[in-house]
Amino acid sequence: MSLADQPRRDLRLTGLTKRYPNGFVAVKSLDLVIPQGSFFALLGPSGCGKTTTLRMVAGLEDPTAGQIHIGDQDITHERPYRRPVNTVFQNYALFPHLTISENVAFGPNRRGVKDVEKLVKETLELTELTEQSGKKPAQLSGGQQQRVALARALINRPEVLLLDEPLGALDLKLRRAMQMELKQIQDEVGITFVHVTHDQEEAMTMADTVAVMNAGVIEQMGSPYDLYTNPMTTFVANFLGRSNLLPGTVVGREGAGADAVVKVDLYGTVVSIPAAKVHTDSKKGWVGIRPEKVLIQPAGVPIDAPGEHFSGAVVVSSSYLGVSTEYVLRMPWGGELMCFEQNTGRRGGLLTVGTSVDVSWSPKFAFLLDSSQDVEAGLEED
Amino acid sequence: MGALQRVLTKHPAYFLVGPAALWLLVFFAFPLVSLITTSLSDPSGSPIAGYDMTFRFQNYSEVISEYWPYLVRSFVYAGIATLLCLILGYVLAYAIAFKAGQYKTILLVLVVAPFFTSFLVRTLSWKLILGDDGWVVHTLQALHVMPPDGRILATPVAVVAGLTYNFLPFMILPLYASLEKIDHRLHEAASDLYASPARTFFRVTWPLSLPGVVGGTLLTFIPAAGDYINASLLGNTNTQMVGNKIQQLFTTASDYPHASALSVILMALIVVMVLMYVRKAGTEELL
Repeated sequence: MSLADQPRRDLRLTGLTKRYPNGFVAVKSLDLVIPQGSFFALLGPSGCGKTTTLRMVAGLEDPTAGQIHIGDQDITHERPYRRPVNTVFQNYALFPHLTISENVAFGPNRRGVKDVEKLVKETLELTELTEQSGKKPAQLSGGQQQRVALARALINRPEVLLLDEPLGALDLKLRRAMQMELKQIQDEVGITFVHVTHDQEEAMTMADTVAVMNAGVIEQMGSPYDLYTNPMTTFVANFLGRSNLLPGTVVGREGAGADAVVKVDLYGTVVSIPAAKVHTDSKKGWVGIRPEKVLIQPAGVPIDAPGEHFSGAVVVSSSYLGVSTEYVLRMPWGGELMCFEQNTGRRGGLLTVGTSVDVSWSPKFAFLLDSSQDVEAGLEED
Repeated sequence: MGALQRVLTKHPAYFLVGPAALWLLVFFAFPLVSLITTSLSDPSGSPIAGYDMTFRFQNYSEVISEYWPYLVRSFVYAGIATLLCLILGYVLAYAIAFKAGQYKTILLVLVVAPFFTSFLVRTLSWKLILGDDGWVVHTLQALHVMPPDGRILATPVAVVAGLTYNFLPFMILPLYASLEKIDHRLHEAASDLYASPARTFFRVTWPLSLPGVVGGTLLTFIPAAGDYINASLLGNTNTQMVGNKIQQLFTTASDYPHASALSVILMALIVVMVLMYVRKAGTEELL
């Protein structure tokens, strides 16, 4: 039987719900299909239900309602040790009394797998831990412990590997390195990875598909590119990167098919938004534009890209970040607009606070969200 | 002043260890030397007139040949009591550590509560509970588990029960302390890695609680082996332990040299057993 003939072993969550005894609903009727072999990220702020979802798949929490399937196999109420699923725990949960190779051998030993030694050796090689095999977890660095946690789960060749904020305890540099490593290992082993994180950059770097979760439901799911360029809710627009969201009024529609645009009145200027990026039926909406898509020039200097045009803006603050500069502009209508500019040196020098500037963006980058949604949803509170 | 200050700033450890070292010297090292000296003295003296230190090693051979059954009995009783304490204590400590939830503190207070009454009073009340007219005996007789003339008081069962009862908290507290430290996620990880609850216990929980097991068994076994209150209140003349003999030699017989020799033997045996046990448990580093 060739690979294509085998039934697909996708992870399927149907109406999955978790209600705690105190009445709090952590996960609300979640429907989700995670294709076999994909690297899937569940992204959301703390308390959004992503970890609870993961724990239900692992069998560490019992769902209140709904089903969990892998292919045709119902594992909803299966004991955790009977599921073809393994977990890389947050803070790793390595067995402190066992050596690294004993930790890694734990799963195969329990299952009575033959030739555990060879398997352990291979897995330690894959995760570059061969030299640490005789040590105890406490003797290892954070990054090495992380790899042990990964090795201990991977050695079982589960159908689904769950990763609960696996890189959360590492410093930034190490995290970057481990992101690459995890991605590479996933490519090598081809196991379905479900990765839970609150770090949008991590999710975007690693995952093929990202589901943005908020308050127990999935707000939007798609490739990192789709989510970023075409967010459907204010939460996604703010949580995944940053967005300027401005109140506008729909005034009409032009064109057809892929070229269709919706015309929106934005403080007296009519701007165009691709119909595919319009996510509201009402007359009012939030016009969204990513800060790096906003182009600026000192007043009167032509902007060398066609698009919407606003004059009369003033720079009110600028933060120089080396690779880019973040400006906050006061617009003629009194509101603020963020603008991130690459420091290409094209203009020669930064724009100082108080400079009058003209603003422009290309219509194809704009999106329109429902005005009933909270414009501040998904902004970090700190 | 200047020199002392310099020593203290340069070596603060001396300053911290000092009081404890002094305490041990006065209340442990000196009495120990005195005990050993007395144990090698001529028993023809008296506590008032004093004893002549004559390196009389016969004291040791005499007490061993005379009292070895008491030593054996002490270790057997203490061993059984320790084992019972371990079983009862482990279950309770496990329940408090992992299952008690909001009742954790209350249960811990209850474990310690017996200490608020004196050891003697508690042991005496066991005399009533296990007495021939007590409810335990009546119930067992009514259930025909025990013959009508059977008794518990003044039997080895009563002594071991008393020892178990009195030293149980010393087992529970160290067990609880080490169980409580175990990260619950380790249980989840074991379960995730195909271990059934029983296997999780034997492969993860039990090994990680070994420091508590070793600490608890030592804290139970050592005082139980030297105890004489339980044997004298709950036992009979055939259940006497080595502690009873030492007490009698010191008080009734006023034979300090033999009493000292027996004490030194008891202490030496316990030290040897503890060393063997700790080595076998392989937890020197954890203690």
